[in-house]
Amino acid sequence: MDFLNALILLLNYIFVPALAYGSQLAIGAIFVTLIYGILRFANFATGDMMSFGTMVAILFTWYFQSLGLSLGFLPTALLAIPFAILFMGSYMLMIDKFVFKYYRLNKSPPVQLAMVSIGVMFVTQAVVRIIIGPSDRRFFDGEKFLIRASEFKNITGLNEGLAIKSTQVITIVVTIILVSTLFWFLNKTKTGKSMRAYSDNEDLALLSGIDPKKIVMITWMIAAILATIGGVLYGLDKSFKPFTYFNNMLPIFAAAIVGGIGNPFGAFLGGYVIAFSEILLTYAYKKFFMYVLPESMEPDSLIQLLSTDYKFAVSFSILVIVLLYRPSGIFKGKIL
Amino acid sequence: MAFFEANNMTGGYGKGPDILNSCSVNVNRGEIVSILGPNGAGKSTAMKAMLGLLNLKSGSVIIDRKDISKLSPQDRVKEGISFVPQTKNVFAGMTVEENLEMGAFLLNQDYTNVIDEIYNLFPILNEKRKQFVGELSGGQRQQVALGRALMIKPSVLMLDEPTAGVSPIVMDELFDHIIKVKKTNVAILMVEQNAKQALNISDRGYVLVTGENRYSGTGKELLNDPGVRSSFLGG
Amino acid sequence: MMGLIILVGIFQSWNIALSIFNLCLISAVMTMGANIQWGYAGLINFGIMGFTALGGLAAVLISVNPVQEAWSAGGTNILLSLLLIIGIVLAVRLVLKKYQKSKIRGYIIAAIIISGIIIIRFVSEPGIEAIEEVNPAKTGFLGGLGLPIIFSWIAGAFFAGGLAFVIGKVALGLRADYLAIATLLISEIVIAIIKHEDWLTRGVKNVIGLKRPAPYEVNLQQTDWFINLVEKFNSGKLALISDITERQAALNQFVIEGSSIFVKLCYSGLFLVVVIILLILTQKALYSPWGRMMRAIRDNEEAANAMGKNVVKQHLLIFVLGSAIVGIAGAMLVTQDGLFTPGSYRPLRYTFLIWVMVIVGGSGNNFGAILGGFVVWFLWIEAAPIGLYLVNLTTAGLEDTHFLKVHLIESVPYFRFLMMGIGLLLIMRYRPKGILPEKIEIK
Repeated sequence: MDFLNALILLLNYIFVPALAYGSQLAIGAIFVTLIYGILRFANFATGDMMSFGTMVAILFTWYFQSLGLSLGFLPTALLAIPFAILFMGSYMLMIDKFVFKYYRLNKSPPVQLAMVSIGVMFVTQAVVRIIIGPSDRRFFDGEKFLIRASEFKNITGLNEGLAIKSTQVITIVVTIILVSTLFWFLNKTKTGKSMRAYSDNEDLALLSGIDPKKIVMITWMIAAILATIGGVLYGLDKSFKPFTYFNNMLPIFAAAIVGGIGNPFGAFLGGYVIAFSEILLTYAYKKFFMYVLPESMEPDSLIQLLSTDYKFAVSFSILVIVLLYRPSGIFKGKIL
Repeated sequence: MAFFEANNMTGGYGKGPDILNSCSVNVNRGEIVSILGPNGAGKSTAMKAMLGLLNLKSGSVIIDRKDISKLSPQDRVKEGISFVPQTKNVFAGMTVEENLEMGAFLLNQDYTNVIDEIYNLFPILNEKRKQFVGELSGGQRQQVALGRALMIKPSVLMLDEPTAGVSPIVMDELFDHIIKVKKTNVAILMVEQNAKQALNISDRGYVLVTGENRYSGTGKELLNDPGVRSSFLGG
Repeated sequence: MMGLIILVGIFQSWNIALSIFNLCLISAVMTMGANIQWGYAGLINFGIMGFTALGGLAAVLISVNPVQEAWSAGGTNILLSLLLIIGIVLAVRLVLKKYQKSKIRGYIIAAIIISGIIIIRFVSEPGIEAIEEVNPAKTGFLGGLGLPIIFSWIAGAFFAGGLAFVIGKVALGLRADYLAIATLLISEIVIAIIKHEDWLTRGVKNVIGLKRPAPYEVNLQQTDWFINLVEKFNSGKLALISDITERQAALNQFVIEGSSIFVKLCYSGLFLVVVIILLILTQKALYSPWGRMMRAIRDNEEAANAMGKNVVKQHLLIFVLGSAIVGIAGAMLVTQDGLFTPGSYRPLRYTFLIWVMVIVGGSGNNFGAILGGFVVWFLWIEAAPIGLYLVNLTTAGLEDTHFLKVHLIESVPYFRFLMMGIGLLLIMRYRPKGILPEKIEIK
């Protein structure tokens, strides 16, 4: 019984939250890695692009709510996502046309493109704040929990409750669908393969007759899908605040590099590596040991490896270690 | 009139000095033609010019009586000219089969039978079809590169130093493969450093010096020409 | 540029003009630091924020009086932990030296570090708790050395330089955009530590009321020579007022205003000295054989390497020097504010804005760096008034209560982001070398 309680405790406080958080990071990391692999620059506007997509989705959500549209127990935001993606896609293509294209055609070094992306970051941040303001917004509606902790306790008769938020389930399900579609696209379709070929060896891709303009356009469209969905999922699960989104860029970068930048599958796993290590290292295991160990050996301190204040610091430290010992990432990406 | 010919090409990179000075090269179907010469003679440049990778000041490139001097490299690919660069000539992060598929990117019809033909030509590729090209040996990679270029069923195949950096045994094997390709009625034009071996399998050859044709003739003639021997074949 | 600041003085107030001017000077110092790294050597340092914060920490640790109670409560534990850290570092170095590179060596090092951290936690925890319990509303930390704050400008340079040395040893081998990401993340770690190690920095509880290198306004207002000075200065205006009590009141007002302007002028003087010294040094360095070598390394690393220049060592040197300059600026900033607020260090303001300054001003040109610092900071501050003016202009046809106008006026503060972004994009596109491009005269 105690063992089961301990297990549920870990599930409730570590596994489920880390899985949801990891999925959100994974989507962002694939976004970063695609831009890096195909357009060949580190996109410092990542977080703000995600916040832009989320903002559009929120505006659509409000509009649908005012019309009285809803998805029942599911959040209305899911209905808004396709519209937001269209909007986001045109925003990205516009940025590409007016900003990035020039440097791409001039074959500017990646560093210059990264600097340019900082300009885009400032502009996008301004647009988001001017339109929707800097404050914290919740736009979740529908059923909040799939299983409440108290219900779980009643059903199983355990001391520990397992609460599963519907947003966590939505996050995980959507991520699975999105990521498997993406990998199917990249590995099985002609266009997807040509994208990989372009990322692998640009000159040879051109010699094979692959059209770079089309590749760039599709990349931005996929980026728009990833940015919007990733942003909305994070916003549904936590809340939407432009500053938080800007900061999320950091663990996302960490995930992309840990997974091996330029390698989408690595980025996907990198998201979970970062999320699990953040939560595992900052969780206080006192209660867990109280269940597992006999009474005489019960700990009196929190048994916490690091204070939760260092959550971000954990992922960054992992990144630094990976950079030192395996610069191409755990799952082998491009060597930078 | 030859099947694929470049006449009196003059030009260089960007606004730099002319590298080619009235250089002419031609090749027929089912024929191997080598371009030889010392370093900096403009061998690779001549090939790139024929592919449309640099702008010519004068001269023409003609395939099957059609003037393609003004076409972009991509459009020349559509005319049936395939090119294997010297380095980075495969997609290292993709499988053998995917490499071949990328070679057929421009084809709209079903190309499974073309892939089968390539596998017949290079049986080792069939064995390794699901492997990443980055994991193959140098000689196998060159076969992938050849196979990728052959996917569009080209009438002209241009090879930039196909044997650079491979061992002598692999070199012989590669030359055997090139002869096999020639027998499928493809016109093959190649730049080579290993002049003797290249001339041995070539029907004809050109020796370029400072972007001009210095000697030309059949492989045997060049091998026996005292001038060529003393200056390029090491006596 | 000075003209613009003077205009602000005339139209808004001299007080605002001087605070803009002072921050322009500080920004100029930061920009010079980043410019040395990027312009001279092509190193991207996105960790400016971390070095600034370390400079600020130096100001606290140098100037605040030591908290005796806290030292007696937990000082020994902290010192012991420090010794332990040194011990770990030495042990790791010993292992690195003595044994060949192998898996076992890696495990040994990991074991040393992990066990060391666990021991340190056991040693330091009671000490930290004891320290943080000492009068938490006011102190709750160890305090500093109680020296004049001006020394912290030098200490800040050493702090930042020291951190840069460690980062440089670790990360300088990375390619440019990797280095950018790595430094960005490391600076976040630095901020996390500063924010949460309350025993050292008071964390988010902030340290206020730091000592000043300049007189206090309150004291000035009671000093005779200052009142006389203000009286002389404003004698024309005062003469117009006939009533004596009214004149006295007006004089008091002038004295109060004058005192804060005077204090700001004192800071301006100090900062100006720093800027001029740094400018002379950096210009000298730029035209020295060393500067020539740095440019050679930047433009063609391989060639420089082949000619026997130690690229790694030079990169490390310049990374440390540039970061040290940023550290000075960080200490200056805290000195002028008189308070240390770890929560206020954000990458946008302290890293990316500085980079906008570097790019806009002209990388590789020290005057460009200073100009960039001035222009960008001025716009950053004045963007809101300019934005407000523009909003009023474009929505002049709308009623004051129209929702669009109200919304736009509310969002005026964010126009500065827009302005920075568009400015950066325009400069990158049409003047990629900045307003004052790098210009090396051959003498």
